[in-house]
Amino acid sequence: MPRAATAPSPIRVLIAKPGLDGHDRGAKVVARALRDAGMEVIYVGLRQTPDDIVRSAIEEDVDLIGLSILSGAHMALLPRVVKLLKARKASDIPVFAGGIIPDEDARSLRRVGIKAIFGPGATLEEIVTTARRLARPRS
Amino acid sequence: MSPVLRLPPAARAVVAGDRRALARLISAVEDRDPAAVASLKALYARTGRARIIGITGPLGVGKSTLINRLIELLRARGLKVGVVAIDPSSPFSGGSVLGDRIRIEKAQGDDGVFLRSMASRGHAGGVASATREVCRLLDAFGMDIILVETVGSGQVDVEIRDIASTSIVVLVPHLGDEVQTLKAGLFEIAEVFCVNKSDLPGAETATRDLSELAALGTDRDGWRPTVVPVSAQAGTGVETLWAAVEAHETFLNADGRRDRGERRRLAEEVVGLVRERVGRELTGSMDRDRDMGSLLDRVAARAIDPHSAADRLYRELRRSG
Ligand SMILES: Nc1nc2c(ncn2[C@@H]2O[C@H](COP(=O)(O)OP(=O)(O)O)[C@@H](O)[C@H]2O)c(=O)[nH]1
Ligand SMILES: [Mg+2]
Repeated sequence: MPRAATAPSPIRVLIAKPGLDGHDRGAKVVARALRDAGMEVIYVGLRQTPDDIVRSAIEEDVDLIGLSILSGAHMALLPRVVKLLKARKASDIPVFAGGIIPDEDARSLRRVGIKAIFGPGATLEEIVTTARRLARPRS
Repeated sequence: MSPVLRLPPAARAVVAGDRRALARLISAVEDRDPAAVASLKALYARTGRARIIGITGPLGVGKSTLINRLIELLRARGLKVGVVAIDPSSPFSGGSVLGDRIRIEKAQGDDGVFLRSMASRGHAGGVASATREVCRLLDAFGMDIILVETVGSGQVDVEIRDIASTSIVVLVPHLGDEVQTLKAGLFEIAEVFCVNKSDLPGAETATRDLSELAALGTDRDGWRPTVVPVSAQAGTGVETLWAAVEAHETFLNADGRRDRGERRRLAEEVVGLVRERVGRELTGSMDRDRDMGSLLDRVAARAIDPHSAADRLYRELRRSG
């Protein structure tokens, strides 16, 4: 069953909201924007632990993980996701994050391997473009 | 060499229980990657053990919530569960939001469960075209029960019959008109009706009405659909529902019904694969082949009619084959 000669396979991206706080409006808006850009978005919603996120990402064989975080727990949760990916030999799956993250924290998150960080001012267009660029190429 | 060592590496990893390898191979199958075919071929002999159960019905009736309950029940009985949850792709962007994992939280953190979300990718039948093959991979991976949640749109969901040995159609109270319009399609596929959200008013009436309809006929095997009120949210009726599924599975075991059904499904599959290939070949030659091009030009010029053009193509295809 050779690949259909039509469109290439869609990018698969996991969108999650780790941590215990509040709502997932922002994450949902991003999920819809990525869908409208032709991606398959596995939306897992609220209260995801780093272990949940990594397991889902592996099972769904995603090309990218996007995490929305508001709680201030980013310094604990985001590096943990990167570390778990490495431990499960899945560090080829890039991670980006969005939320209210102070510049200083953003710098150190980039150092531990978060590929892009979006503040509240980021446009959906920026996020889509970055997601396309970051997504692991499908073999 | 042992038989396992003779498998392609990807297939070998799946048999060895490597979750990432399984996930990757599922993607390759979904993407129609030719490299996946070798693994599918090699794994086929190791499949056929798992029971595939379809769960279908309109959007929002609680299919995912029900699957969450079924996972709980099946895991308590020591069974391993694979889940394939299919949602529609947007006809405009080709993208999709796959949200079934939110409700199927029992799949989380348990190696005895493997849940995969799939987008229908424009396939019209309600079940993504790769679903059957993904189910086989889950089977080869060692899952005992495979639950397939399909895009619930009644009529078009009949394709689940070509994959599952038992199908549950999920409905909710006050779906009266919808049941009327969906009736033809739904009764063709349902071995078990689940009246979900029976914690809401109207469930008794809905269950009674549906039971009356169900009593009117049987499917080709002579099975009369069972109707079970359930509240997936509260967790009531789930055991009774599963007992109804098991009753149908037991029914299939008698008088060679299972083998007949399996043979019918496999015949569909083989014919479908040939059809897919021939179709692709023909479409390809329309673009490349000059004779074909001029034949189509003549059809467009009303010099030859479509039926006669098809006759000619068909004859040539048989000669060259
Ligand atoms: N009242 C009630 N609500 C339910 C029940 N089962 C599911 N729901 C709710 O119905 C909505 C849709 O459920 P979901 O499982 O996602 O439906 P699906 O689209 O068929 O998979 C959710 O808000 C559920 O919480 C039930 O038994 N009773
Ligand atoms: Mg669902």
